[in-house]
Amino acid sequence: MDIDATLQAGLEAVAATEDLRALDDVRVAYLGKKGQLTSLLKSLGKLPAEERPQVGGLINSAKEQLAAAIGAHKTALQAAAMQATIAASAVDVTLPGRRGFDGGLHPVSQAMQRIESIFSAAGYAVVSGPEVETDYYNFAALNIPSHHPARAMHDTFYFGDGTLLRTHTSPSQVHTMESQTPPIRVICPGRVYRRDSDLTHSPMFHQVEGLVIDKDISFADLKGTVAEFLRQFFEKELAVRFRPSYFPFTEPSAEVDVQCVHCLGKGCRVCSHTGWLEVMGSGMVHPNVLTMSGIDPEEYSGFAFGFGGDRLAMLLYEVDDLRLFFDNDLRFLRQFN
Amino acid sequence: MKFSEAWLREWVDPSLTQDELVHQLTMAGLEVDGIEPAAETFSGVVLARIETAAPHPDADKLQVCEVNDGSATYQVVCGAPNARAGLATAFARVGAVLPDNFKIKAAKLRGVESSGMLCSAAELGLGQDHDGIIELPGDLDLGSDLNALINDLLALPDSTIDLDLTPNRGDCLSMMGLAREVGVLNELSVQYPVIEPVEPRTETTFPVVVEAAAQCPRYLGRVIENVDLTQPSPLWMQERLRRCGLRSIDAVVDVTNYVLMELGQPMHAFDLAQLNDHICVRMAKPAESLTLLDGQAVSLDEQTLLITDAKGPVAMGGVMGGEHSGVSAQTQNVFLECAFFAPIAIAGTARRYGLHTDASHRYERGVDSELQWLAMHRATALLLDIVGGEPGPITEQLSGAHLPERSPVRLRQTRLDTILGVAVDPFQIDKWLQRLGFAVTAREDIGAGVTWQVAVPSHRFDIAIEADLIEEICRIYGYNNIPTTLPKSTLPPAQIALTEHSVTELKARMTGLGFQEVITYSFVDPKTQQVLHPTAEALQLAYPMSSEQSVMRVSLITGLLDAAKVNQARQQKEGRIFEYGQVFLPGDGQSSLAQPNRLAGLLWGNRAPENWTQNSIEADFFDLKGSLETLFAWSGQAIRLTPSKRNLLHPGQGADIWIEDQVVGFLGRLHPGVQEQLGCDTALFFEVDAAAAQRSPQRHYESISKFPQVRRDLAVVVGRDVSASELVTAASAAIDRHLLGVTVFDLYAGEGIGADEKSVALGLTLQSQTATLTEEEISRYAQQALDALQNQFGARLR
Repeated sequence: MDIDATLQAGLEAVAATEDLRALDDVRVAYLGKKGQLTSLLKSLGKLPAEERPQVGGLINSAKEQLAAAIGAHKTALQAAAMQATIAASAVDVTLPGRRGFDGGLHPVSQAMQRIESIFSAAGYAVVSGPEVETDYYNFAALNIPSHHPARAMHDTFYFGDGTLLRTHTSPSQVHTMESQTPPIRVICPGRVYRRDSDLTHSPMFHQVEGLVIDKDISFADLKGTVAEFLRQFFEKELAVRFRPSYFPFTEPSAEVDVQCVHCLGKGCRVCSHTGWLEVMGSGMVHPNVLTMSGIDPEEYSGFAFGFGGDRLAMLLYEVDDLRLFFDNDLRFLRQFN
Repeated sequence: MKFSEAWLREWVDPSLTQDELVHQLTMAGLEVDGIEPAAETFSGVVLARIETAAPHPDADKLQVCEVNDGSATYQVVCGAPNARAGLATAFARVGAVLPDNFKIKAAKLRGVESSGMLCSAAELGLGQDHDGIIELPGDLDLGSDLNALINDLLALPDSTIDLDLTPNRGDCLSMMGLAREVGVLNELSVQYPVIEPVEPRTETTFPVVVEAAAQCPRYLGRVIENVDLTQPSPLWMQERLRRCGLRSIDAVVDVTNYVLMELGQPMHAFDLAQLNDHICVRMAKPAESLTLLDGQAVSLDEQTLLITDAKGPVAMGGVMGGEHSGVSAQTQNVFLECAFFAPIAIAGTARRYGLHTDASHRYERGVDSELQWLAMHRATALLLDIVGGEPGPITEQLSGAHLPERSPVRLRQTRLDTILGVAVDPFQIDKWLQRLGFAVTAREDIGAGVTWQVAVPSHRFDIAIEADLIEEICRIYGYNNIPTTLPKSTLPPAQIALTEHSVTELKARMTGLGFQEVITYSFVDPKTQQVLHPTAEALQLAYPMSSEQSVMRVSLITGLLDAAKVNQARQQKEGRIFEYGQVFLPGDGQSSLAQPNRLAGLLWGNRAPENWTQNSIEADFFDLKGSLETLFAWSGQAIRLTPSKRNLLHPGQGADIWIEDQVVGFLGRLHPGVQEQLGCDTALFFEVDAAAAQRSPQRHYESISKFPQVRRDLAVVVGRDVSASELVTAASAAIDRHLLGVTVFDLYAGEGIGADEKSVALGLTLQSQTATLTEEEISRYAQQALDALQNQFGARLR
């Protein structure tokens, strides 16, 4: 019985196989039920009884050796197959991905959302209102009677029936004061309309009005709120100054100038070389306005402020022509995505 | 308002540089809009007299003048119509330099030698007057340097400062008011000019009746006889007016303008010969009209305050005089008007007629009601100096009851401190009130702070209530000296609706779906809107910016189509845009105007951006519908579509969008006919009520089955007109239990089935909460669905 020769032949056959199927054929040929090594084991019965244990041991050892060789070769073949599969499925990772269209928010919306987020975090509710308003809410309830010269500051779009396009978001103030009791803390963002069109004026633009009514609200509170907001919005430590001004619905009234966000006050084209940007109107709510909306000015006081969302967006994104915002050129809009 | 800095400093001269003064004014609420040097520089220009003026031999419009500058005579060719022998004027010698570095050289004009140039005011940078050469007084020394002459007359250098005054500070619309303010700001006293009364020298008066006493509480009149209006006003007055932005017209107008600038009192002068019988101040009657000084004829409405005589209107009170009754060079006798008109009577008039004048500007903001006598005397004195004449007595029509009420105003320290947010020293307030000219009539200190009673001077007609005084104190204290604090919060936590998405979230969803937000105008072109929405009424603007922006939008589609068009013209081959905003739906008698918010999207071009993995396929109805289904899936609502007949939609590719039994919007392709009419590319779009898209019904947990889900597919052949949703609905209804969902996974038409048929493949997904479904159960459910399809639509298995 040539156990060694059979084992050697088996080992050679294993080494010669190149795929798993051939390898399995070799396994069957040597270790299967009718395999060569298995047959040797079956022929043990022909040997004298005293030789059987020893020869049997040799045959089993040969089987184990061959099985181990098959196992090792199988692992190697599997690894090679995996390598081949991987190599075959490699891609050029620099090819562009399969993507859809990129959507994006209009830069004015982005600025408005930023404004809303800043105020929301400080406890302000965001309210909205109709864009077609009555004379009462746009003017009269804000202490601007029909012949007031301040109406000339608002080139108003009227409709035939005497209603109008709101010239500011201040009517939302009035609606809020009529429907809520103090304490009130709201901002009213939205579209407003004035008959005006040039580099810095559009017949339609966006305004954000803020209103705080409570006991003991002061001009100092207004200053702190507005200055802190501007610094948060631009994420810069900007100087803020207040100038006496006039709005019929606030008194005292103040224009708010912020240090130029572009040159930080050194003077540049953006700030017309003054170092300051006029960004906001504000003031303490006029007692007449409180009274008209059913709030007792002896018990409560409040402040209001208003500014252009488009104006802040222009400053934030360094846009130099307001009309670009309403031209809706995708090449412009996509710059902010 | 423009004013001369040097003139101001004559009255009150704080030790501030120009920059400091400008900053001080701006920070006090009198915003400086601009500064210009008052005179442009020129040199080599002298006073000279035209000795002779003869026609140019070779040019109709030119004259050849002999000009004497005191030391020599020059031949100068001049084209001015007013060049004449005896006229004293400005002569630029050869070598003179005029503004803009214009150098005067000897020249030949049409063959005639000209040694120098005679100058108009405009050529010297002294104003806009181009009509002729400047006319100077004849009693000055020939050869005097013109710069030196002007320097003698006025303090140079000077600047014109342009103030943008807010409507409440009408009191600062004069040198007197400005000087008073600057005095307060700098704690300086003001040198007011001494104005002596001018006593009458005749008995002549002209009768005045004031019918509209509420509108005209005070009306002063004065007749001045035998004036010589051929005299020009003096150079110093012309120059001063020019530096305040006012053109010299003639002596009378210049004097009234001077008083307007100096004291803030508008006045008017009539030619007495043109006034009939008497003056009556009254409101206009129906069908009256008036030709104004500027030549335009206006028909008057009944809210207009008029100055009339026996024959009719002669001036629009407080706004503008009439042409016929105005003074001219021939006028011999003048009637001067100096009135206090109530702001409410004038306000609005100028705007209604489009007549914004210096007078109306002041009257509608308020004029000091106690100023009229002073102004009348001032004007008389100035006029007599220039044009001579004999003044009559001043007549006054006064209705004291209609003068502005001036009751004392109370100021409480506690209130002041609360509003400002800082404790102000009451003794400081005493001083400031005094500086502001507010007399304290009572002062009480009852422990809880001081209370002042303050009498307000007549020129501060903007001060009526405590808040007005608080603002004044705040201004003097300095806005920037007030501390900054933050309001103390007493607010409860915010309310955030549970079943509603915010606009921010909605927009974020749209951007996630690949749409770019646009913002289009709320007013649109009525022609385009009419084509898209022929049956919709639209709100119309009374005075639009242009006809293309004259009606309010009834849907967002008009704006989106415009935006698409703009981008297509700029080589944008594909795009997805959306807008969120209000539309304006007029009421129909029963209902009033509705202004709901809408969400609309529009797409054109390919399904996906150009790429290497697949061919470009043009987007179709189902790309858009898919986006909408994703959007509404997010809001937890199933939408259902039915074919739509809306005019703007392709009849075969348009649908109304339903949620339960409500139409919430529409989607589809632009109607090819409409597309042709509008001349744009095809597009797919939708519009829905934003409120519907923002709704987000409350979700509730349902347990997830542990048992396997199984799928059965049914490919059925039905008539082409059977809609997919009908099949899905019928199949779903037929399976009473365990149905998770029905999907449509294939659609086929063509070979193998009838020409009017189509094959629709439905996938049924089934699952039980309590057991694994048996084969028998599954088959039974599938059969139920098939039976229903057979019964209702004649479907057969393919």
